[in-house]
Amino acid sequence: MVEVEIWQLYKNMLRSRLFENAIMGLWEEGKISGEMHLGTGEEAIIAGVVSQLEEGDAMAVDHRGTPPFIMRGIDPVLILLELLGHSKGLCAGQGGHMHLFSKEHLVASSGIVGSSGPAATGFALALKYQKQNKIAVAFFGEGAINQGMMLESMNLASAWNLPVLFVCKDNDWAVTTIKNNVTGGNLIERAKGFGIEGCEVDGTDVEAVWKVVNEAFSKMRNNGGPQFIHAHCVHKEGHLLGDPLVRYYRNPNMLTEASDSLKEYSGESLNEVLLLLRKIGGQLKKKVDPIVVIQKKLKNDADRLKQIEEELTKEIEQIVKNALEIFKGGMKND
Amino acid sequence: MTKMGFAQAIESVIAYAMAEDENIIIMGEDVHTMRLNLFARFGKERVKHTPISEGAFVGAAVTAAMAGLRPIVEVMLVDFISVAMDAILNHAAKISFFSGNKWNVPLVIRTACGGGYGDAGQHEQSLWGWLAHIPGLSIVVPSNPADAGGLMLSSIYEDNPVIYFEHKLLADYWLDAMGIGGRTTVSFDVPERGVEGDVPDKWEPIPLGKSNQKKEGNDITIVSVGVGVHHSLKAAHILEEKGISSEVLDLRCVVPLDIEGLKNSVGKTEAVLIVDEDYKNFGLSGEICATLLEEGLSFKYGRVCTENTIPYSRHLEDQVLPNTKRIIDKAVKILKK
Repeated sequence: MVEVEIWQLYKNMLRSRLFENAIMGLWEEGKISGEMHLGTGEEAIIAGVVSQLEEGDAMAVDHRGTPPFIMRGIDPVLILLELLGHSKGLCAGQGGHMHLFSKEHLVASSGIVGSSGPAATGFALALKYQKQNKIAVAFFGEGAINQGMMLESMNLASAWNLPVLFVCKDNDWAVTTIKNNVTGGNLIERAKGFGIEGCEVDGTDVEAVWKVVNEAFSKMRNNGGPQFIHAHCVHKEGHLLGDPLVRYYRNPNMLTEASDSLKEYSGESLNEVLLLLRKIGGQLKKKVDPIVVIQKKLKNDADRLKQIEEELTKEIEQIVKNALEIFKGGMKND
Repeated sequence: MTKMGFAQAIESVIAYAMAEDENIIIMGEDVHTMRLNLFARFGKERVKHTPISEGAFVGAAVTAAMAGLRPIVEVMLVDFISVAMDAILNHAAKISFFSGNKWNVPLVIRTACGGGYGDAGQHEQSLWGWLAHIPGLSIVVPSNPADAGGLMLSSIYEDNPVIYFEHKLLADYWLDAMGIGGRTTVSFDVPERGVEGDVPDKWEPIPLGKSNQKKEGNDITIVSVGVGVHHSLKAAHILEEKGISSEVLDLRCVVPLDIEGLKNSVGKTEAVLIVDEDYKNFGLSGEICATLLEEGLSFKYGRVCTENTIPYSRHLEDQVLPNTKRIIDKAVKILKK
């Protein structure tokens, strides 16, 4: 990989992170309603894939849509206005962060776990039928890998030799459920069972992701069928902003109160509950932030790192400012 | 009488029933944390957290019930029930009939529903009318803690499948997890009397299919379930000031539908307004009208329902979901006819 690419990947990742940090602030202020699932911690995976998409390729994304949307070049002001529920948002304020769509970019998202599998498969079917020599990507978490429709679409893509890249972003946790407690077997072997070649990768290392995706895409673009990537990452904010487990961890009083209320049920189950709450803490303490990983790789050019961060910070500030100005101008969706 | 929260009442009844009958188990995503107290008390063999595989675990709950267990299976949000639909539509609802009524499915599907916190139409639907369309299921939609407990007890004792709805604006932990997230910067139109209220000292089952008259009146009957009951009561009090006397009926269950209760009230008022957070077309509101016509009643009629996909924007959402103003306007309009 040449130097230009890693710096460009870094820019994409940091831009997405800074944008989502701004979203976090707006959510805290109550300007964004409902749930808010950030993709912070997934940036290396998303950048490694999206940076290699061509015009005409399709993407099906899950409830963490912001990073893939912004990295695909979709206007961040429109995304932000959508999250603010404004009529001038990307989807007229009707979709919100889990239901972002961009027809011109062939990107569709959904809040139903596992639905990106069939969605990407259908995109690939249409693209192949139209002889466009384009590919489709499905982004999903490891929780979705046990959803019937995901497994069915892996089989369908394999049986029909459709160019779908199934990207499993594995943070070990499905909301509050630890992967190993609910997942049988090995995921690479599982993909192999469908006749899909798979590859495991450190999803916090963008170079590593880029390389395996590059290899997968070359095969797919050469009349190849589906490929599977199992990438490991961490969600620093838990499942969603305000995640109760994360709040427990960050606020020891809440944890003490919760464990006190359970004392009457001493024994194995209580220990399991407490162990679970400690595990979420362990997960959050892990220092595997993909932004930090790439910054370390680029640390020899500290000036350039600093310059990029300053430029992107300014850009994101301006994006937020622009969006808020329109937002304050009032709603027009009566 | 003691005071209890809506979710607390449900949990209290489930704990009581689980202590009495060891065949009751809970299955569903994240139930080890969502039902922390029950998990700590009854252990992982009885409070089983599942993978995100609704098709498999709801399907498995059907036959587990046929083999002697009494599962309470949780489908986190009713929107996600689509993924488990085959188990419900083609199996749970039909086994008893197909077996010549020789084999029952004592299964409770507990699921959260409803909007009002800006989460859009894949997480805020009601769908009880859609499910009520299928013969063989009971559909329970409680509006307050006492009903939530009593109806859950009946649901657990019922020998055929029950879908039990828990509105997210009534169950405090749901609103906290999905709408508030620990913030102090957001507010919602939460019906206080639905969130917390008096419950009996000893739980007794409330029979399924028996409505509850929440307010007596003579000019019009307002019929609803869940959060809609609270909007209806609020509207009824404002209508009172306008000189319109409304009777408010909380159906408690969509199936069985309390036809007698509806007949008695609408027979008296000769006007009915259905307030339904579920979709308008082909649902509860039309069904009530058709049923009353079949019973030979004549009456003035109107409905306030969700007419379209629920939008994300709070501003738009407020216009789409039933609210007090829409109920008042509609009631006035019906009576003018």
